[in-house]
Amino acid sequence: MLQSPIRTPLIEGSKTYRSITSDILSPMMNKAGKFWYLGMTISSLAMLFGVFMIFWTVWQGIGTWGENRTVGWAFEITTFVWWIGIGHAGTFISAILLLFRQKWRNSINRSAEAMTIFAVICAALFPLIHLGRPLLTFFIFPYPNTRGLWVNFNSPLVWDVFAISTYFTISLVFWYVGLIPDIGTLRDKIKKGLKKNIYNFLSFGWKGSARDWHRHEITSIMLAAIATPLVLSVHSIVSMDFASSIVPGWHTTIFPPYFVAGAIFSGFAMVQTLLIITRKAMGLEDFITASHIENMNKILIATGSIVGLAYITEMFMAWYSGVEYEHYAFMNRATGPYWWAYMIMIGCNVVSSQLLWIKKLRKSLAFTFFLSIVINIGMWFERFVIIVTSLHRDYLTSSWTMYKPTIVEFGLLIGTLGIFFTAFLLFIRIFPVISISEVKSILKIGDKHQHKSDPGHE
Amino acid sequence: MNNRSYISISFDDEVPLLEAVKKLRDNKEKIADVLSPFPVHGLDEALSIKRSRIPIVGFIFGALGAILAFGFQAWVFTVSYPLIIGGKPFFSVPTFVPITFEVTVLFAGLSMVAALLIRSHLKPEIKFTPVDERITDDRFVILVDTPDEEINLKRITSILTGINTVEIR
Repeated sequence: MLQSPIRTPLIEGSKTYRSITSDILSPMMNKAGKFWYLGMTISSLAMLFGVFMIFWTVWQGIGTWGENRTVGWAFEITTFVWWIGIGHAGTFISAILLLFRQKWRNSINRSAEAMTIFAVICAALFPLIHLGRPLLTFFIFPYPNTRGLWVNFNSPLVWDVFAISTYFTISLVFWYVGLIPDIGTLRDKIKKGLKKNIYNFLSFGWKGSARDWHRHEITSIMLAAIATPLVLSVHSIVSMDFASSIVPGWHTTIFPPYFVAGAIFSGFAMVQTLLIITRKAMGLEDFITASHIENMNKILIATGSIVGLAYITEMFMAWYSGVEYEHYAFMNRATGPYWWAYMIMIGCNVVSSQLLWIKKLRKSLAFTFFLSIVINIGMWFERFVIIVTSLHRDYLTSSWTMYKPTIVEFGLLIGTLGIFFTAFLLFIRIFPVISISEVKSILKIGDKHQHKSDPGHE
Repeated sequence: MNNRSYISISFDDEVPLLEAVKKLRDNKEKIADVLSPFPVHGLDEALSIKRSRIPIVGFIFGALGAILAFGFQAWVFTVSYPLIIGGKPFFSVPTFVPITFEVTVLFAGLSMVAALLIRSHLKPEIKFTPVDERITDDRFVILVDTPDEEINLKRITSILTGINTVEIR
């Protein structure tokens, strides 16, 4: 295949196969540093706080939240949608970029997939807590029961159950299949002891045979092919939780694509936050290079612009439809009592992401890190704006009211952040954060000395 | 490894590995297996490995999932417990689509992974002895099937002269 002479290497520094292995495995072979323990302490304290608030909610009932008769959905579903959205970037990187043969993704897909799994775990907690009686969760699955009743398959909330459980299962399996060869590497690097036995067990006896690799590659690409429509379906279905209702501000057909773009936007912001810290803390700058960060910034511009376009389209359609309820819902959103939330949403998502057109800012790690946190906040507010401003003033003016979150609800958000970061910190110590075998397969890209004599090169 | 005997040829790069595979096959040597730290491009063709049928497994189970999911929802809403919900028809095909799709993906995905594990004999086990501990690091190994090691060792060494090998044994 013809290769462009200007193609730059995807991995920096002069690496060999051996040094890739030892660089990526070093966190698993060595003791954790001070910062890891510091991070672990903070995140597990946050997790404990959240666990206590979950306990408090279940013990006291959801009266401990700020929801009222008019605003029956607010903080928790906002956080739920936010987490699900964050998960989407991981699948985008691991599946969609694989199908498009974007090889730079090979050094970030493992951590992004891990992020997906932990984000979906955090998200899945909320429907459980929302039920008020978590012990009755099994009611939402269609199982044969003495009442002869089934769940309502017409309801997007039931679709959600199927979508999220499928999404979680497929993401987990996809991630683990990719991990097997790397766990094999770990197993062979560790000389003896319990650790060796555990990795031995987890490696499923991987030996690196050509036939196994062939099947492994085919399975990965097929999983990517089915995960691609899956990830688009998940957030579409989440958006239908709203769109299929008759609440002005929710009842729009633009929701599925708009939510999917927003999900990928917020997810990439979270990937940026995590990777900028991880690459620095673990010394993986040669693998997760500045150009990875820049590439992801380009995706942020694209998805951020789609999100901005969706905001404008919604506004336009509210006016163009001529429906006065729609009209009021959107005017109230922008200029009503929650105008500040709307401004945060526009400022953090649309305005800030447009700054990335400037090359200097796009290439700056410090700016990207700052921006990624801004976008994370902005995307949380987007869901808050959509959910709360639509509900708090709907058709019946006598029930108009305001919503104020309580400490318990903030506790749940902080708690899931704690769960997320605790899980991620454990992950970076237990499994390779970068896919070793996939990085080795792209080592020679852009390497002038190699590719002339390399018949097997793409 | 079972009782058969092998000659293992090690390399530290995929380029000589591919050359050696071609030469050995030209000389009608039986290559039992090639072990590598990552999927080497061009190796499938060099070994003429047939395209795996895992996608077919995925298709069959995906289709099964689709039929099951759609059939189940249709049965529930028309036979088992027809219930009027928002005045919609009992047999409302569009609302069955999302769950049908999700179950299709779930069945297809899990079946393909199961097929991978079964076909490649991958299962959790406590004891595992690799051919060479560096295969998962930076070694590429060709295992040649051989009835008589001594004679073959010489022959293979002569076939592979000029190729950069690390070890032949």
